[in-house]
Amino acid sequence: MNERPILLVEDNADDLELTTLALAEANITNPVVVATNGVEALDYLLGTGAHAGRDAAEQPVVVLLDIKLPLLSGIDVLRRMREDERTRRTPVVMLTSSKEQVDIAATYDLGANSYVQKPVDFENFVVAARQLGLYWTVLNQPAEGVPPRTGSPR
Amino acid sequence: MRGFGGLTIRRKLTSISMLSSMTALVSASIVFLAYDARTFRERMAARLATEAEIISFNSVTPLLFHDGEAATKTLGGLQAETAVRAAAIFPPGGDEPLATYTRDPAAGAALAAPRGTPRSAALFEADRLTVLQPVQFEGRSIGTVVITADLRELRARQRRYGGIVLVVLAASFLLAMGLSRTVERTISGPLLELAVVANRVSMGKDYSVRASGEGKDEMGVLVTTFNQMLDQIQKQTLELEQARSELERRVDARTRELATANKELEAFSYSVSHDLRAPLRAIDGFSKVLLVNYGAALDDRGRHFLDRVRAATRRMSELIDDLLGLARVGRKDLVRREVDVSALAGRVAAELARRDAHRAVRVEITDGLCAHADPQLLTIVLENLMGNAWKFTGKVPAACIEVSQDRNGARGAFYVRDNGAGFDMAYADKLFGAFQRLHLDSDFEGTGIGLVTVQRIVTRHGGQVWAEGAVGKGATFYFTLEPKA
Repeated sequence: MNERPILLVEDNADDLELTTLALAEANITNPVVVATNGVEALDYLLGTGAHAGRDAAEQPVVVLLDIKLPLLSGIDVLRRMREDERTRRTPVVMLTSSKEQVDIAATYDLGANSYVQKPVDFENFVVAARQLGLYWTVLNQPAEGVPPRTGSPR
Repeated sequence: MRGFGGLTIRRKLTSISMLSSMTALVSASIVFLAYDARTFRERMAARLATEAEIISFNSVTPLLFHDGEAATKTLGGLQAETAVRAAAIFPPGGDEPLATYTRDPAAGAALAAPRGTPRSAALFEADRLTVLQPVQFEGRSIGTVVITADLRELRARQRRYGGIVLVVLAASFLLAMGLSRTVERTISGPLLELAVVANRVSMGKDYSVRASGEGKDEMGVLVTTFNQMLDQIQKQTLELEQARSELERRVDARTRELATANKELEAFSYSVSHDLRAPLRAIDGFSKVLLVNYGAALDDRGRHFLDRVRAATRRMSELIDDLLGLARVGRKDLVRREVDVSALAGRVAAELARRDAHRAVRVEITDGLCAHADPQLLTIVLENLMGNAWKFTGKVPAACIEVSQDRNGARGAFYVRDNGAGFDMAYADKLFGAFQRLHLDSDFEGTGIGLVTVQRIVTRHGGQVWAEGAVGKGATFYFTLEPKA
């Protein structure tokens, strides 16, 4: 099993706790790193700001990304990730409340790997978390390493 | 060759006046010439007759005595009459003249003796006039005087007069031409100007031009009326223009208002879609956690209340979904194409059966149903109507749903019929109101938004939706997708 962390980007404290609970219920053992806004998420992923010094080559096994976030929206975070060579291949699952067609289309266009609507029913939420965790931590084969980038420490 | 009708109005007017004046002038000249020739001949004949009478009076003695010399002397008196070419005095019945006179020796031979009973006469021939005068003595004729004159004088006179007539004709032609040109301008001028103005109006759509021209004749009336007509057209064009720009302004304003309203609605539903669900998820999630992890600390009543909390959140979630669906249905562009309604209904039925596998419902779908409609929206209509039929047949033993088209009835309405719970026709008008329900949630679940969504879609297609039913005897929902023909 891949023990790299899961990055959970979520601003709502309730949702944060529920998602963590659901992941625990689903027996996902990977550590969960939490970012509560878009800027923090990008800092973690790229090793900048509050996370300066973190090795950006260590990408999470999957990013669970909400859309409505303070500062930078989930769509903006996704766009920046796909623009940066270090995060371009990091799996991103949009985990959000809505199933607005505009959101779904925009995120797939930007290279989201999956789009999941958070179920209101907690049992369904646990089922979704279990499937997501199993898929991304066990089944999915991530890209090896990160594409070389000039001037960047490896 | 162009006829008279092909001429311009100016030429027509000139031609008419020239033709009439020249006709009058020419006929007057002809009559004058003819009258003059006749008068001249009558006068000439009378003069010669007098000469002949004088000669005959003076010839009595020479004839009685056969005195040729005296007779010739008498004839010599004709010397003064230049027109006379020859003359002779014949005895009765004789061919040989007693005396002759000739101005020109060649003309003498032409004189022949008179035939028959001598009597006075004047005979005109082509170029000469012959006058006969009997000589009387004591009541009997003793001889005849014959005088011949040529008509050269008449011909010369006629030529002279003819020349004068031609000169007069030519002069009056020119004069009349000049006059008619001037007069013609007073008629054709305003007409031509009118034509130019009319052309400018017709070609340039310039209604501000006006024809000039005054006067109290018909031309004046025409010009005035024409200008009044232009006034009216200009006024109406202006009014139309103003009305049109006013309409455009209003349409623009409305369109902007609508666009703003649409945008606000979109932002609203986007926000609802994201934000309204999160608290529900928290309520449901934490209730569940409480129920599972701390259920032992609660009694049955406590657990029952937590179940009620969770049921309420689920229902709220459904409401939000349905409301968002309704909003989406109103926003979506209508894209019509040919839709296989039978196949669509088949897929909806299969999905219903898949979700609710333990139920046995007989679904009868007529083959070959077709509609010109938006496939996505029509799917929502069928999902709602067939979903309702599925739901409301939940308590009958042999549930049956029929999807078909009423080809004989009102505009070929499609219908979904079931043998379920039905409804009281007294409340039929409440079926399509938002959040209106005719059944208890405990009997049949629902949000009351499905039929509103159906009605919205059908209305956007220009069609109508209505229902028939009776309590316990099932319901039939009809809908059309085309505007009334």
